Amino acid sequence: MDAALFYTFAAITLAGALATVTRRNPVHCALGLIFSLLGVAGLFLLQAAELLFAVQILLYVGGVMVLFLFVIMLIHLEQAARLRQYSRQWPVALAALFAVFLEIYVLAQSGLPGLPPSPQPRLNAGGNTERIADSLFYVYALPFEAASLLLLIAIVGAVWLARKKEQPQ
Amino acid sequence: MSLYPITTAHYVILSGALLLIGAAGLLMRRNIIVMLMAIELILNAVNINLVAFSKHWQQVTGQVFAIFVITVAVAEAAVGLGILIALFRHRGTVIADEIDLLKW
Repeated sequence: MDAALFYTFAAITLAGALATVTRRNPVHCALGLIFSLLGVAGLFLLQAAELLFAVQILLYVGGVMVLFLFVIMLIHLEQAARLRQYSRQWPVALAALFAVFLEIYVLAQSGLPGLPPSPQPRLNAGGNTERIADSLFYVYALPFEAASLLLLIAIVGAVWLARKKEQPQ
Repeated sequence: MSLYPITTAHYVILSGALLLIGAAGLLMRRNIIVMLMAIELILNAVNINLVAFSKHWQQVTGQVFAIFVITVAVAEAAVGLGILIALFRHRGTVIADEIDLLKW
């Protein structure tokens, strides 16, 4: 059962990712990315990360993807969809990607032989959200504050960048 | 390595495959919006890895780091799309290799 679910979600994730990278129309790319993100959310659920599952769907599929679709609507992409889609340095890119592919191939042959076995299950003792909250607010309180500052700067910066310049008369 | 049962290595391989596809999109596409989407794919591959090892070691820290990665990804998407809109106002294009003002 676990294996069937894993392979289903993995297939959704990879098929969505391939659609994102290969489709010509950016709206189709965004739809492929939504499928891919939903597949990743399913993988989180399989690994008992319930909070991340909810965050993935709410934040990525609900927030970031809507942002992408709004920008696609704001920008005229009709002529861009008719142009050449791949940049001229694609042979170099393919050579670099082949190295990554070789690493994945070796990993698939050998697995992770040096990895020690998993300890006793105690991941979600008392609930996943509670455990994450404990870790986030006690152990990683300073990075948490830094992340909130980063988000504030990003919001202000995005609004400042995307504003309409006043044309002098 | 066998297909069954599912181990941590399976998740690592899946994450590597997703990273490969995302990197291909980032390096080979010309449309900046699609390049930003490819960056989201890469960051999701990282998250799969973090959560897989969080499950393996039975420690919740990996999931906390995944939350930080999501935070950075959201900030990056917001700023990137803001830059994209400003760029489109100035240059009227979203094709990456036509934006070559700093080249000579």
